[in-house]
Amino acid sequence: MTEPTGASPLLDARGVKKHFGAVIALRDASLTLKKGEIVALMGANGAGKSTFVKILTGALRPDGGTIRIRGRETKARTPAEAQRAGLMPVYQEPSLIPDLDVAANLRLCNTPVEPFRHWVDQLGIKGLRLDDMIGQLPLATLRILDLARALAIEPEVLMLDEMTAALPTDLVERVLQVVRAQADAGQSVIYISHRFTEISELCDRATVLRDGATVGDLPIEEGVEERIVELMLGAALGAGRGAGTDVTSVAPEGPPRVKVRNLAAGTKLSDVSLDLHRGEVLGVVALEGQGQDELFEALAGVRRPSSGSIEIDGKAMSFHHPDDAIAAGLTFVPGDRGDALLMQRSVRENIALPLVARIGKWGAIPMKDEARRVTDAIERLQIDTRAQGEVQRLSGGNQQKVTIGRWIATGVETLLLFDPTRGIDVRTKRQIYELVRKLASEGASVLFYTSELGEVPMACDRAVVIFNGRVVDVIEAADADEPTLLRAAYGLSAEEELPA
Amino acid sequence: MTTERETAPMGTRIARFLGDYPLIPLIVLLFALIGVLEFMRPGIFNERWIGNTVKFAIPLAMLAACQTLTMLTGGIDLSAAVAATISAFVMATQVQLVGVPMAIVIGLLPAIAIGLVNGFGVAFCRVHPLIMTLGTGLIGTGCLQVYQRFVIATGSVIPDSLSWLGTGRTWGFPNALVLFVPFAILLIWGQRRTGFGRLLYALGSNETAARISGVRGWQVYLALYALSGLIAGVSGLLYVGLIKAPSLSLVNPLLLPSVAAAVIGGTSIFGGRGGYSGTIVGALILTVLGTLLTLLQMPEGARRILFGLIILAVTTIYIRLTDQR
Repeated sequence: MTEPTGASPLLDARGVKKHFGAVIALRDASLTLKKGEIVALMGANGAGKSTFVKILTGALRPDGGTIRIRGRETKARTPAEAQRAGLMPVYQEPSLIPDLDVAANLRLCNTPVEPFRHWVDQLGIKGLRLDDMIGQLPLATLRILDLARALAIEPEVLMLDEMTAALPTDLVERVLQVVRAQADAGQSVIYISHRFTEISELCDRATVLRDGATVGDLPIEEGVEERIVELMLGAALGAGRGAGTDVTSVAPEGPPRVKVRNLAAGTKLSDVSLDLHRGEVLGVVALEGQGQDELFEALAGVRRPSSGSIEIDGKAMSFHHPDDAIAAGLTFVPGDRGDALLMQRSVRENIALPLVARIGKWGAIPMKDEARRVTDAIERLQIDTRAQGEVQRLSGGNQQKVTIGRWIATGVETLLLFDPTRGIDVRTKRQIYELVRKLASEGASVLFYTSELGEVPMACDRAVVIFNGRVVDVIEAADADEPTLLRAAYGLSAEEELPA
Repeated sequence: MTTERETAPMGTRIARFLGDYPLIPLIVLLFALIGVLEFMRPGIFNERWIGNTVKFAIPLAMLAACQTLTMLTGGIDLSAAVAATISAFVMATQVQLVGVPMAIVIGLLPAIAIGLVNGFGVAFCRVHPLIMTLGTGLIGTGCLQVYQRFVIATGSVIPDSLSWLGTGRTWGFPNALVLFVPFAILLIWGQRRTGFGRLLYALGSNETAARISGVRGWQVYLALYALSGLIAGVSGLLYVGLIKAPSLSLVNPLLLPSVAAAVIGGTSIFGGRGGYSGTIVGALILTVLGTLLTLLQMPEGARRILFGLIILAVTTIYIRLTDQR
């Protein structure tokens, strides 16, 4: 399958660097790809995978390093230039224009129609008409069309980003077959996926990123999954439970406060059941896009579930608006602070917002009571208030504290924290773990999704692992070291239950 | 953790200071304009002139309250002038039939109705406020024309109480202040110290954030546009007391100045920023500017060009001075 040695690699990226302000996203990322080879690009959340991909496809410019195609250095500055150099990406989000029909979309990017039809056929999509409007086609079909479009222009390097996400099993099989056959015919592929089963079935090698650097490049063979997980974890392996934690998880007693059964929502969340008790911090562990967003949104009343049930203290609930969820005690801190904050308004107005939300609270604000609640919240969270006039002047960590402080000021029953420590400094992270533990010890329940696995043993009593929209494992805090969590998150401990 | 405030360069610090106290540059500008006026016509700056300026600025400032409140949520109310005209016209034609108090009530009802329709369209049909209020404004004008045909025989009367309020003076002060001072205090207090006021800023700043905090936006929009209609109606009644001749386009010339007054006063048309105190100064600035341009004895066309240019320049500079982004 691979070319004989001696031939220069088709794509050769060496020592690629990229920083955003003071944040270093890539230190030393490298990747080589020979003709006819399929290489998996792997890395845990925050390893720099998406930055690397954006640089390879010309969407970002590197600060250092070289990228050679057929031995010639390229300096692709735009995605279009990268495509002309022979690198064609297929992203997770379909890049077709919804308001145009298929034919118009093909014309827009000069895709030859006959090869496109051939590939659509090969990939198992029946009955597609060129005058179908893109906006009316299902997501799975759009992803196949994107792939067919990429194949039709015969790129030298095809880059597939989570190609099989959102595809039904039969289409996944078709895609894998076609990609494999293409590689055998000389096509080179960079394959980005969280699914080990597909990687071992499809790929020749795996390149592993950790902390912005390539830490390994290994051939795919029996038992390589364990090696890859070790490489992704690096020093964290074997460290086990994070130092300085005093979580003593007690077996939950009595009926749960929040009882979720067979919840499904959107295209990603298919079947999640969990119990959240008083005084408990329940971690949620999942790779990106496994349905955790939908789970939190459904619980917060932001999104309606398509099936399943949510019970609060034994009463079945149906949330039509976040206000319904808040009335039931479910308060939500979303992952994106931009969705939670009034950036131009003061810390006080941000924290006091839920206090005035109901129509009965539209009158004169009890200023003293409000000031007391806001001051309490600021003190509990140790928010730095020197720049409190406008929230946008605060640091990311302080902004995050404001979004949590809002619910402290109203009184917490059940807190839904979605990745509350993303992109904030270590000291603030510690304060947030402490706060979460403190709230739980006061009787609150916390559902805590985090993209940093190391946080689970520090903040949570138990963790549910979600993969492909389903709960695949429940892990006690005592056992929740990073390797265990990561294996579970990749669906490794429950492999036999996974499709294909 | 250091705040940016201590390390920010001078220019940013000035911008922040002005951002925190946006009234200061506006008041400076107002007095500068008065200074120019006094320089051109020495002695013009007297009690009588001040009274007149205030008298004409008040209806404008009240109509601009509609723009300020809706702009805080990222909206606008282009039907305000029509609602004001309808209130004035209906009231004036009903006085002889039902008496003054009842005529005032009947006059205000269609203005509130227009506001409710605006609120409904913005909240439930998600029509952009610009289009929604433009549409209801046109419909309102049409209805008023139909209404005029029915009441053509009645004739119109401006009640003495409204003339007193619109044009009268007591100890040199315009009587309109009796209405306007409590109105302005209520609004400035309400925008900061009531839940409703806070929600206007919240919705204009980030509707998603307001939603996940439990705010049901439709309730706020419905109440807001109805309130805007009511304020428009009241300012129409006041204005007809000043002009004393109800017509089908009575308040229309004030519409775009009312938007300009709110914008010059520092309210962002994108929402979340600003307030009524700035709008009042904005209305005064526009009124003084109007006097100034009249005194220049230019042809009407040139005056309008200059008026437009000055509004654009003031707004641009002001946004530069106070906006951090």
